[in-house]
Amino acid sequence: MKLTVNGEAHEVAATTLAELLAVLDYEGDWLATAVNSDLVHKAKRAEFQLSDGDRIEILSPMQGG
Amino acid sequence: MFDLLGTTLLSRLLLGTAQYPSPAILADAVKASGTSVVTVSLRREMAGGRAGEQFWSLIRSLGVKILPNTAGCHSVKEAVTTAKMAREVFGTGWIKLEVIGNHDTLQPDVFGLVEAARILCEDGFTVFPYTTDDLVVAERLLEAGCKVLMPWCAPIGSALGPVNIMALRSMRGHFPGVPLIVDAGLGRPSHAVTVMELGFDAVLLNTAVAKAADPVGMARAFGKAVDAGREAFCSGMIEPRDVAVPSTPTIGRPIFS
Repeated sequence: MKLTVNGEAHEVAATTLAELLAVLDYEGDWLATAVNSDLVHKAKRAEFQLSDGDRIEILSPMQGG
Repeated sequence: MFDLLGTTLLSRLLLGTAQYPSPAILADAVKASGTSVVTVSLRREMAGGRAGEQFWSLIRSLGVKILPNTAGCHSVKEAVTTAKMAREVFGTGWIKLEVIGNHDTLQPDVFGLVEAARILCEDGFTVFPYTTDDLVVAERLLEAGCKVLMPWCAPIGSALGPVNIMALRSMRGHFPGVPLIVDAGLGRPSHAVTVMELGFDAVLLNTAVAKAADPVGMARAFGKAVDAGREAFCSGMIEPRDVAVPSTPTIGRPIFS
């Protein structure tokens, strides 16, 4: 399925958000995820079914003012 | 000690974490400033989350309270989603809400700000809105559920200091019971003294410390400035006069003629 992850095109076999994170090596408690501009809670990633064309944002802590 | 919305803080200075020469200097500056609150952000992580992990680990080691921000958001939807993501990552309901409306001045889109503030307050967030010094917008933010206001004193990163003293004084006068934190535009410790002397409760700054030749020394200087301004405000300053008034008593002065 074709996805956009942090603005970049990806073609993956993963069907859930948790699988996608594992495939792309995004793992850890410090990550937050959103699909199509809506937050997907950490606890919901394993059951969250991805769809072709979904836009996924994976954010992590960064310096800020 | 400073009670901010039920949280006891050791300092009235809130410090940003961006633009420091190194993580070690950031850590030393935070310690030297005496601050109890630092602002942090969320960004796309392109390296599998490792850079974010390292930064988050450093911030947690400082033992300070986290104020996540929605910096860079230009729409209500963006800001609300970012705030929710920040709550999940940082484990706090505090959010510095930024909805930027102008690319050149980084002036907040106050209409979107009020809308986003209402959504987040209803969702249980404690919203720290980065706003202008406009009284009407301030009223709307309070109506939306905000318990604290963060007016700019000049554009972000400009280091101009308070460019509209009258507006800041007016805001202090109109909202005597609301915590007011000047956010953005401070360039030097004397600017912090000025706004604290006006009766503001705290200041939030970043660039003036991070980009100083010696960020650690500047952080310490700002910490002292905030304390000095607050103590001056609480001590009651005299009003300026147009005429000279001798400070030495005239009674008992010698006459030599």
